[in-house]
Amino acid sequence: MNEIEQTRNPTGNSSNPPLEVHDLTVAYDQKPVLWDIDFELPEGSLTAIIGPNGAGKSTLVKAAMGLIPASSGYTLIYGKPLDKQRHRVAYVPQRESVDWNFPISVMDVVLMGRYPHLRLFQRPGRDDRDVALAALKEMGMEPYHKRQISQLSGGQQQRVFLARALAQDASIYLMDEPLAGVDAATEDVIFQKLKELRDGGKTVVVVHHDLQSVPDNFDRAMLLNLRMIACGPVSEIFTDENLQKTYGGRLNILSQMIEESRQQRFVRESES
Amino acid sequence: MDTLIEFFSLQDPNIRYVLAGTILLGISSGALGCFAILRRRALVGDAVAHSILPGVCLAFIIAGGKDPFMLILGAFVFGLLSMVTMDFISRNSRIAPDASIGMVLSVFFGLGVVLLTFIQTTGYIDQSGLDDFLFGQAASMVGDDVMVFGGLSLLILIVTILVFKELKLVSFDPSYARSIGYPVKRMEFLLALLMVLVITAGIQAVGVVLMASMLIIPAAAARYWTDSLRVMLLIAAGVGAVSGVTGSFISYTAPAMPTGPWMVVSAAFIFFLSFLLAPGRGEIARHIQKRRLSHKVACENILKTLYSMEEEDGRTDRLRPAKELRKRRHLASRRMKKVLSTLLRKGYVTYFRGTPDGYLLTADGRKEAKRLVRVHRLWEQYLSQHLQIAEDHVHEDAESMEHLITSEIEAQLRTSLGSPALDPHKSTIPYDSDEDEPAGGKSGDKHKQGGTP
Ligand SMILES: Nc1ncnc2c1ncn2[C@@H]1O[C@H](COP(=O)(O)OP(=O)(O)OP(=O)(O)O)[C@@H](O)[C@H]1O
Ligand SMILES: [Mg+2]
Repeated sequence: MNEIEQTRNPTGNSSNPPLEVHDLTVAYDQKPVLWDIDFELPEGSLTAIIGPNGAGKSTLVKAAMGLIPASSGYTLIYGKPLDKQRHRVAYVPQRESVDWNFPISVMDVVLMGRYPHLRLFQRPGRDDRDVALAALKEMGMEPYHKRQISQLSGGQQQRVFLARALAQDASIYLMDEPLAGVDAATEDVIFQKLKELRDGGKTVVVVHHDLQSVPDNFDRAMLLNLRMIACGPVSEIFTDENLQKTYGGRLNILSQMIEESRQQRFVRESES
Repeated sequence: MDTLIEFFSLQDPNIRYVLAGTILLGISSGALGCFAILRRRALVGDAVAHSILPGVCLAFIIAGGKDPFMLILGAFVFGLLSMVTMDFISRNSRIAPDASIGMVLSVFFGLGVVLLTFIQTTGYIDQSGLDDFLFGQAASMVGDDVMVFGGLSLLILIVTILVFKELKLVSFDPSYARSIGYPVKRMEFLLALLMVLVITAGIQAVGVVLMASMLIIPAAAARYWTDSLRVMLLIAAGVGAVSGVTGSFISYTAPAMPTGPWMVVSAAFIFFLSFLLAPGRGEIARHIQKRRLSHKVACENILKTLYSMEEEDGRTDRLRPAKELRKRRHLASRRMKKVLSTLLRKGYVTYFRGTPDGYLLTADGRKEAKRLVRVHRLWEQYLSQHLQIAEDHVHEDAESMEHLITSEIEAQLRTSLGSPALDPHKSTIPYDSDEDEPAGGKSGDKHKQGGTP
């Protein structure tokens, strides 16, 4: 880490990529689930992490954030070690990771996004509430700010989590399946927001399940299955060969399904 | 009555001490208990409380009698030791958490009972007051005890208030907390430490056997009244304080009575009241809601029945006797009366004398009935079209959904289905745009209008 300390530019070197992860290996009970992952992401990019169930997508996000112990590897944020830069990274956990019966309001959850900007013992102030409300508004959740979180639908919960990340006002966003179980309308809202973030120069990484919506919505992708199969612009790496490597034998059914749903979408669009 | 006045006039300085001590304990254990139950650590608290007994006994042996500082030290060390043991077992073995909690609880408590018996049988240690630590004896607290135990409670309370924001985040979403750089491990340790400390603070007043309930019950009662963590903490603290007062009062008036059980009983009583009376979540409120819903459903069903009778014979001026309605809907006659009087009050039906007496839908009633039939049929259509549910299976579901579909959902259904003309059973779906048939207006001349039946 010392070399890194020395080479860092105190004014924030713009040549350093916002997010780099190097030789990351993670094992649960001796069984490796991520093997020597290495990547860098440029500023103003929107990246999808793609891979079959159990490929290690959630593990990658968690390990990159230092939430679970890794056998090896490290994360750099704008060339600096993660621990000094955590406030610049907003993590959106999987929705199922918390107890939605917890006695707090939507506003309380979003205000948690302001905690990195508060000192120990310091309570959120009026400014923080304004930021939180603005974030809720951006996600179309402002009318719900007083609600208890158990009274939200799955898609609304997801939006609250995203609003919390927005309230954090970070430069890098790491999201674990923010589109899982949301309806088409919410999906549009979220994709729209992700693109806005990217266009505002943020670096956004999203664990994503729906292969079919990748080319239209993301500019980069990481194909993951224990190892990094490919990482780069969607147009370059989204090849049959790479997908085949990522999904193995399952691709045949999968590509059929994609074809099937494309046709259905075509039919639906021509109907309306 | 005299004792009550004497007690609450607070003339006796000892009463003041004891009250202050138990109130502080109630407040801090209630507040901290909220975090314990929300993080599902309530049973851990019980195990820690029981595991403190050997520490208490050792403190007696080492100090050769009762010494508050020694007691706290012994209790704290063993409380922490039990916590660490449970953590170690669940981390390094395949034993499930509940088993490791049970194991630690019984082994430590067993050890405590062995030491207790040892002290009592050997007899060369001043054992006065040792029994009190099983079930608590608030009144036996003297100035020093109150200073030490009450001071400890106060300290816990202050720390809890100071780090409230941090505890809230770590309890709700530890992985987000870690992602923004919170020292989650250390916060969790702090919480564990506070829990051990509050249990330690309670051993004199409540006793090791029941101390955990002072963590759990006030918090569980408080959860009924609010959806805000802060308010929940305040209510739990209040419940704890009230239980503390009750316990010390009992212990003052009946010195032979242990305090702990009384505190728990009064906390449990408050819990029971919350369980029954809390608005929204309490059983009575829920019962009323359920009754209201079932009444609404019955009213709507009768409206629909009247409408379908009109549909069947195409006549809006024929009186429908209550008996016939009852037969069609299988309602008990008392409920039928209530339903009809509600419908009359809302102006959905009018009652006419005739041969026999009967009811007619008003224009409003017909409109409402139409709406119900419409959402029922729209829902059936939606189920069969979008969810591919067989036509003969959709009716049951629609029968219950029609009472819940709001106008927004109806609008969404209509957009998504494009306002179809027929439902899956090929019945017409009635829309409001249809010309309203004249209501029972002209039939009013034929029948003498009566009051309520
Ligand atoms: N806490 C854990 N203990 C042991 N093994 C785990 C644990 N969490 C995940 N694993 C294993 O690690 C592998 C990767 O899991 P991970 O959750 O990262 O997959 P994923 O790509 O996010 O899958 P999904 O698409 O289902 O979310 C899986 O084989 C899983 O069984
Ligand atoms: Mg996952």
